[in-house]
Amino acid sequence: MLADQDRIFTNLYGLHSPDLEAAKKRGAWDGTKFLLDQGRDWIIDEMKGSGLRGRGGAGFPTGLKWSFMPKKSDGRPHYLVVNADESEPGTCKDREIMRHDPHLLIEGCMLASFAMGAHACYVYLRGEYVAEKFALQRAVDEAYAARLVGQSNVHDYPFDIYVHHGAGAYICGEETALIESLEGKKGMPRLKPPFPANMGLYGCPTTVNNVESIAVAGTILRRGGAWFAGLGGKNNTGTKLFCVSGHVNKPCNVEEELGVTFRELIDKHCGGMRGGWDNLLCSIPGGSSVPLVPAEQIIDAKMDFDTLRNLGSGLGTAAVIVLDKSTDIVGAIARISYFYKHESCGQCTPCREGTGWMWRVLTRMAQGRAQKREIDMLLEVTKQVEGHTICALGDAAAWPIQGLIRHFRPEIEKRIDQYSANPHSDAVPMAAE
Amino acid sequence: MTKILVDGTEVDVPADYTLLQACEIAGAEIPRFCFHERLSIAGNCRMCLVELKGAPKPVASCAYAVKDCRPGPNGEPPEVLTRSGLTKKAREGVMEFLLINHPLDCPICDQGGHCDLQDQAMAYGVDSTRYHENKRAVEEKYIGPLVRTAMNRCIHCTRCVRFLAEVAGVPDLGAIGRGEDMEITSYLEQAMGSELQGNVADLCPVGALVHKPQSYNVRPWELHKTESVDVMDAVGSAIRVDARGREVMQIEPRVSEEINEEWISDKTRHVVDGLRLQRLDRPFLRENGRLRPASWGEAFSAIAAKLKGADPKRVGALVGDLAGAEEIFALKALMVALGVTNLDCRQTGEAIDPAWGRAAYTFGPTIPGIEAADAILLVGTNPRTEASLLNVRIRKRWRMAPLAVGLILDEQPDLTYPYTYLGAGPDTLGALAKGEHSFLDILRQAERPLIIVGEGALGSLGAAAALAKDIGAVTAEWNGLGVLHTAAARVGALDLGFVPGEGGLTFSQMLEPGALDVVFNLGADERAIPPGAFVIYQGTHGDAGASRADVILPGAAYTEKSATYVNLEGRVQMTNRAGFPPGDAREDWAILRALSDVLGQRLAYDSLGALRKAMYAAHPHLAAVGAVEASDAVATLDTLAALPAGSEKAAFSSPVADFYLTNPIARASRVLAECSGLARGRALEAAE
Repeated sequence: MLADQDRIFTNLYGLHSPDLEAAKKRGAWDGTKFLLDQGRDWIIDEMKGSGLRGRGGAGFPTGLKWSFMPKKSDGRPHYLVVNADESEPGTCKDREIMRHDPHLLIEGCMLASFAMGAHACYVYLRGEYVAEKFALQRAVDEAYAARLVGQSNVHDYPFDIYVHHGAGAYICGEETALIESLEGKKGMPRLKPPFPANMGLYGCPTTVNNVESIAVAGTILRRGGAWFAGLGGKNNTGTKLFCVSGHVNKPCNVEEELGVTFRELIDKHCGGMRGGWDNLLCSIPGGSSVPLVPAEQIIDAKMDFDTLRNLGSGLGTAAVIVLDKSTDIVGAIARISYFYKHESCGQCTPCREGTGWMWRVLTRMAQGRAQKREIDMLLEVTKQVEGHTICALGDAAAWPIQGLIRHFRPEIEKRIDQYSANPHSDAVPMAAE
Repeated sequence: MTKILVDGTEVDVPADYTLLQACEIAGAEIPRFCFHERLSIAGNCRMCLVELKGAPKPVASCAYAVKDCRPGPNGEPPEVLTRSGLTKKAREGVMEFLLINHPLDCPICDQGGHCDLQDQAMAYGVDSTRYHENKRAVEEKYIGPLVRTAMNRCIHCTRCVRFLAEVAGVPDLGAIGRGEDMEITSYLEQAMGSELQGNVADLCPVGALVHKPQSYNVRPWELHKTESVDVMDAVGSAIRVDARGREVMQIEPRVSEEINEEWISDKTRHVVDGLRLQRLDRPFLRENGRLRPASWGEAFSAIAAKLKGADPKRVGALVGDLAGAEEIFALKALMVALGVTNLDCRQTGEAIDPAWGRAAYTFGPTIPGIEAADAILLVGTNPRTEASLLNVRIRKRWRMAPLAVGLILDEQPDLTYPYTYLGAGPDTLGALAKGEHSFLDILRQAERPLIIVGEGALGSLGAAAALAKDIGAVTAEWNGLGVLHTAAARVGALDLGFVPGEGGLTFSQMLEPGALDVVFNLGADERAIPPGAFVIYQGTHGDAGASRADVILPGAAYTEKSATYVNLEGRVQMTNRAGFPPGDAREDWAILRALSDVLGQRLAYDSLGALRKAMYAAHPHLAAVGAVEASDAVATLDTLAALPAGSEKAAFSSPVADFYLTNPIARASRVLAECSGLARGRALEAAE
């Protein structure tokens, strides 16, 4: 269990004031000038040394990502864009940072921008995050007033930070769609390459980072990359905010070491499983887009990137959704499938057409109104969507269904059997050709 | 150049090529829907997915550059597999997704037979469906009188949206909604406001957007297709005339990099119904103030009776906007034989003399040359209505890199690209030449400035030429002075010297009351002939010219004859016969040849071939079909610049008042009349 002195987000629950004075007492903005004076390379090296992996879901090493930015500007400005479009179902960590510890984020923005030669940073907030927008804007105003940021500030590095409020679309959390949206266009992902580090916002080199990845940067640099690397396991270092929801006694957000076991996470922080451990059906460990992991595999698994990947799932945003045996698991995945159908941007074919198809088949399966051969067909359709789309939303829509079929095929078959064993007067769905 | 392996074949391609281009060079066919050479890359249909060795998933070949491919571990060239199992699976998957919500209404779909989805489903799809849910239903949209929608069929490739936004330069189409609810629409169900909107139906790879006027009327396999040239404006777009039996059913663009790329204007395309309405299908004679049908013999003898003994000085011949070079040549020969010197083709009264040199009345830089220009001054012209496809080139040039455009005209039209409005008339041109406007510096600093003089400003051609000389627009390498004509026949007629001979009257002089006793009018409908003279009208449509005529000789429209036209660049082009003229109507040169016999001045050719032989002997450059003959632009510029300054002070105005109704064929078309009405309505709305 993470020791209290190793916590980064010391006001995660809002027990203290989020304002600048209180944040400074908690350590924010402490020696920022000194950190900047160490130079760009030092910051990037420390970040690389810390082993921090992106907290937005994909887990790409943050320091490495920063180092992709051109060392010298070719005349185009560089930008840092912070992805605060936290829309992944189950995930609610960034909102707590923005509400209660916004100064960690703003300081991180300054450090990250400095490390990549950016003088402007945009924070793109999810449309539904209205309170968070006011909280963050208030903190930004405080920072400007205290001359911590701005064109002329105490750190001698001209830096502006803008809070941009989105309109509420899941797809705008994809980095290139976010950039499009920020430019005022329809939020549709761009083709890659070129990658944002070359051609991002307004055609300029841009790095898009998750709120949590940026917000931990200040503390990592203050305490040293080695400290962060000392927490967690190899290749899965540091601390992470876990958002535990579902059938636990006390759902919560909690900062924990990466590699904490599922059992410890639930028992220590969430008051245990509802109805005891025998009642655990499965868990979706990384937000709705990762495949579920059944109870026997997840229960003593380490919650980190590599372990969960080896279980055929992923840590994602560490939004741990716990499902007990009362769950209609097929219905639950059908609901997730509806979400992806609803949020597909419609740009490219497999996702536009496939998400609707998958949802419809799965909805029938949830009722048992299907044929068993359709299970394999559905699996094949998910494979046809996965990897064939412009962005990863296609994959995200396919994975939960793949996880369901991988682990709960008997459950689907049982429903089909039950349905066909009972007389039904409703019409058999007709082929629409 | 970068080496890349495509299915084991090594090809050497420029690094900025896409994989799709590299595959095509290697001879591998890549299916595609959203990709189009002349539009931006969308990469959204996913049909062009190919396996790239080393990439974790298949890549969209239309959007993936060769330079982005990583070489193999030992420096081998990157390898693309277009026939591998992974590629095949990806294509089949995408095709299945495209088809699940696509209605199976091919038998009643106008696109059937030339449908990309049909063809590619045959080649890359699977044979049966696994989709047993209900198909998506999408409401039809109204997007104008020219394009009918069947949105159930839409596959969301966004070609139409990209075409309108990029080539046509109007924001009228877009996509609303998300995911499978995404719909292509004109937002408020308004008609598209572009004169190029018909092209979106050509671009549509499925039957979602089809041509409304001919919908449910034609099937591609029952048409016989004739390559030809358009005469609706002086650009001379390359077209294909599709006829069923005798009737022209549709006109489609042909690819021509020199002229229209692969777009045509709506007037060019939808003039089709004008070709069968209001046609003159037999000769007519005016008796007791009324026109009555007559035989060819009666008509010819009535003409002979008038012309025999007429004073050649009181006889005149006019050539209109749609005449081919052959009939102009024959008419001139006949008139010369009769001793007539009152000849003119300059219907709008343009002050141009072919004696100044060919560069004085052609579009010097040529249409592809626009792409090399780095500053453009438009004098007295609205190219969007006068030569839509030329305007497309200017917009293309502006999209490639920033381009300064100046306009001198009595209105400020939307040209689809920004311009600096300098003023309205000759005074502005004079002030600009004197350096009273900073635009002169832009022209001076430009390496290849271009001055385009429209028909509305030909009175100031001398002043424009002087300016061109001053800014160095015309050199041995670059001819930056272009005259923009609006009539397809004009440059050819000027080439043939159909202008007043010694002591002859000009067009306007001939139209003065009492100037002439007999007027031979070869399809000039735009200006009224005053009462008094005996008018022989040879033409195709019952328009203004025919209603003023005393004798009507029914001729052939451009789709019904093989005729030579010279476009505004001076490019010689030839139409081909797609069908026969209606009723007793005949090819125009043949009518003149027959008439010459009756008049006792038999023309020395009995066939079109013989006529052309004579014409080529007199005007050798007309034999070089497809070519633009080089002319001595520098010498012509000196001649022009030395012209005495005109005293005309009136503002320049475009000769095209209504884009859709510029000639008798277009005025006969119901479709274009509807378009014209809509355009007028839009103009009124904008004025409010």
